[in-house]
Amino acid sequence: MIHPATGRFKQGDAVRVLDEDRRGHIRTPYYIRGKVGWVERVYGDFLNPESLAFGGDGLPRRTLYLVAFNQADVWGGTQAPRDKLLVDIYEHWLEPPSQGGRNDERS
Amino acid sequence: MARGHHDVGGLPGAGPIDQSQHELSDWEIMADAVNQALGVRGIKRTDEMRRAREEMDSESYRNMNYYERWIASIETILIEKGILRKDEIDRKVAEFEKKWGEP
Amino acid sequence: MSVADEHGHEHPKHELSHQAKRIYAIRDLLLEKGVISEKDIQCQIEYQEARSPANGAKLVARSWVDPEFKARLIAEPKAACAEMGIDATAINEFVVLENTDRVRHMVVCTLCSCYPRPILGRPPDWYKSFNYRQRSVNDPRGVMREFGLVLSDDVEVRVHDSTADIRYLVLPLRPKGTEGLTEAELAKLVTRDSMIGVMDPLPAVPTP
Repeated sequence: MIHPATGRFKQGDAVRVLDEDRRGHIRTPYYIRGKVGWVERVYGDFLNPESLAFGGDGLPRRTLYLVAFNQADVWGGTQAPRDKLLVDIYEHWLEPPSQGGRNDERS
Repeated sequence: MARGHHDVGGLPGAGPIDQSQHELSDWEIMADAVNQALGVRGIKRTDEMRRAREEMDSESYRNMNYYERWIASIETILIEKGILRKDEIDRKVAEFEKKWGEP
Repeated sequence: MSVADEHGHEHPKHELSHQAKRIYAIRDLLLEKGVISEKDIQCQIEYQEARSPANGAKLVARSWVDPEFKARLIAEPKAACAEMGIDATAINEFVVLENTDRVRHMVVCTLCSCYPRPILGRPPDWYKSFNYRQRSVNDPRGVMREFGLVLSDDVEVRVHDSTADIRYLVLPLRPKGTEGLTEAELAKLVTRDSMIGVMDPLPAVPTP
């Protein structure tokens, strides 16, 4: 862990990336929205770029996670089965897979 | 859902990776240095610059090269913060062109 | 033709592109208004010149010969850089990704072109290209093949999209048959592209 982390997810937790149409400066790539992965690392709390980008103070800090996904879950079955995609995602873009979102059976 | 023109991960139609490398021109080195100097002085943040590039018109975003996009975003942010005005930049460019004998 | 201005600098020719002219205008105005100084600019130019993949190669070569240094590099990368006289203070956060026989890492920034500049210097043009930003996440093996790296499906390919303040450096796998090489000789095998992860380091001897 790089910084103190106040977020709710811990290493190993399954998470789904939110699929919302939020405006502004977003650092959660389009291709990962709605996908389900797991927390690989908890990086800790960082200033929020969505606020900093508009001259804001970046507060409150948001917990940043290294979230891992099976490539096959992101792009479909043509990917090599062991391959992974890892994205640095902020807490406010994640939810437990069981909560809302798409009806997605993958874990 | 809206997708920014910068948000290109996984977009179809990408071709082979051009591995050639161009040597930086003086103006590109200057863009780099001015950008970093403004950052060190706390005048702008990288997040603001990224946002400025995301807000550019999409055609310019695709057609400009890397440092041209940087310069456009430096200008946008400096004007937004009231540090420079567009008309004074235009005037300065016109002075250069006059000095250099622009055809 | 070029013309010296009141700062004593040679201005480039008038064939500069629209944006190129504007950065010189912006530079002059910022200097006139005292927003930044000549020294600020010169410092940044020198800082950037001092940064190159040779820094990363030093870290990698040391890691290959010294397992305790490698452990320190992975646990506390900025401190390990300082040990080697590499100034990594400008990096906010820095993570080292260790390649093994079973795992290869590849780094991209799909949203812009984030790169560990304080360690490796400026990113190559290809890293900033749309084709790389688009394909690295869904076709990393295709990209690696273009750089000469072909991996079996037994090897796990892990692509990192550096979307936040974390900067990633790949610690490539030491090539086989390099036991007799010195640290300096090993550093020569560590290419910039192997620290981004699109290829493995150079082999110890040219392949037939």
